[in-house]
Amino acid sequence: MDVKEKILIIVFYGASILSAAITLIILGFMVVLSFPIFSEGLFFNILTKPWSPDQGLFGLGPIIVGTLCIALLALIISFPVSLGCSFFVGILNPKGLGRHFKKFVELMTAIPTVIYGFVGIFLLVPLVREIFLKGSGLCILSASIMLAILISPTMILFFVQSFKTVPQNYLNAVDALGGNIAQKFFYVILPNTRKGIMTGIILSFGRAVGDTLIALMISGNSVAFPGSVLDSARTLTAQIALLIAADFESIEFKTLFVCGICLYIITSSGVLMARYSTKKKRHHI
Amino acid sequence: MNIQKFKVSSLLLILLIFFQAGVCMAGGVEVFKGEKGILRISGGTAHIPVMKEAAKKIMTFNPDIQIIIAGGGSGAGIKQVGEGLVDIGNSGRKATKAEIDKYGLKMYKWAIDGVATVVNPKNSVKSLLSQQLQDIFSGKIINWKKLGGDDKPINVYTRDAASGTRAVFWKKALKKGETTRKANVVVSNGAMKTAVNNDPYSIGYVSVGFIDKSVFAVTLDGIKPTLKSVQQGQYLIARGLYSNTKGKAKGLAKKFINYLLGPEGQKIVREKGFISVN
Repeated sequence: MDVKEKILIIVFYGASILSAAITLIILGFMVVLSFPIFSEGLFFNILTKPWSPDQGLFGLGPIIVGTLCIALLALIISFPVSLGCSFFVGILNPKGLGRHFKKFVELMTAIPTVIYGFVGIFLLVPLVREIFLKGSGLCILSASIMLAILISPTMILFFVQSFKTVPQNYLNAVDALGGNIAQKFFYVILPNTRKGIMTGIILSFGRAVGDTLIALMISGNSVAFPGSVLDSARTLTAQIALLIAADFESIEFKTLFVCGICLYIITSSGVLMARYSTKKKRHHI
Repeated sequence: MNIQKFKVSSLLLILLIFFQAGVCMAGGVEVFKGEKGILRISGGTAHIPVMKEAAKKIMTFNPDIQIIIAGGGSGAGIKQVGEGLVDIGNSGRKATKAEIDKYGLKMYKWAIDGVATVVNPKNSVKSLLSQQLQDIFSGKIINWKKLGGDDKPINVYTRDAASGTRAVFWKKALKKGETTRKANVVVSNGAMKTAVNNDPYSIGYVSVGFIDKSVFAVTLDGIKPTLKSVQQGQYLIARGLYSNTKGKAKGLAKKFINYLLGPEGQKIVREKGFISVN
């Protein structure tokens, strides 16, 4: 019995250490492989110059900005919609419609991103071009709208899940005090589920930053600094996908590892920031 | 009576011989008889229509053979065949000396293809000069009005770094000039066609084999990019289509390449809008 328990403990310990270690090992791997870039003194080149490999310029600035713009805009579009949806599903739930609706949302998580990409190219891109009459329609706005649709199920399901954790007697108390639904939502549910909402946002931000195909297919992939949401832009993931077939020995290829590090930093700083903010808010309450 | 019988039978015999000869000369799918296995192909996207048709014919003849075709661009094709991930890596450019030395590649050229500048069919600009083309791609000319078209900004489309089509277009049409950073980047000949067809103010470039009603091939310096003008050497933005193998082709890959180079394969090449080499 004791031996069995020990074995189990070792197995579980090992599994958790391994999975934690892999994240670190990947970071280490990227740092080591991108080392030639830094040792060749290209660091400032990468930070400040534009991307133009034919002329020896390997700046990733416009690409990092493009990534952040697309992901943040996707969050801005998706957040209110998702919050509304989850409120409908989790709280309002008229005639049990919410349950069916939730099934639908769960189904949405199973759609591969390439499908969204196709829909975007043939439906959304022409629409954006016709409405704004500017550019090609392959732009930050189109990619963000499509990404917003992609990440909304993650958000909705997380929000609904966290709404469930609000104790029923809190809700009953609101009803007893004669509060209406809006008051219930804003003064009781939202403050009590801040952590769950934050987690949902972080996870979907990670998805938005990490998704490759939608950005690759719809955002236009140009390497100029985007000036408006109707400009075409390239994301870090699309950059990696576009250059993966470049010559292994070339500097372009080595900058891909720097792209990887940037992605890593963006997503992990998002996580850290969110953790920090939820901690503070909870103290406050 | 006897003579007549003799005549008929000899005629039949002659016909039979001709027919037989015809079958033999087709250089066709018969060589795949009794073969079995998987053939993996990847790389150049201009090659795909021909690859697909050939694969369809071979797999219909012998269902035991499975041919898997993927895109990725010429760079990817060369890299993947070099690393042994695929059996045949297609490229729309010659492999560089470094690549040949590194991987021990063997190139087989089975078609010639032009790269044409294309615009949306609704665009009123139907011809360009080389200098204008270079200025458009470098971002000096940014409005169609300057070229006699509508007063609309030009949306430039280019291809990714792995594209052989881009390599040829950049070298021979743009004279290695720079491409504007505002250019949109698409990842295959098919995607380029879709993008240009969807965008009324676009300009891009595709393999001549991909041209149809959905895009308009611009006359460059007075010469229209067609099969004929490429074949006769008037239209100069052209390149070979290659299939590469690691070392000399063997087994299924060898038979497949021989099939492409044979009469039946070359017929597919012509049907798909490329210029045959044999």
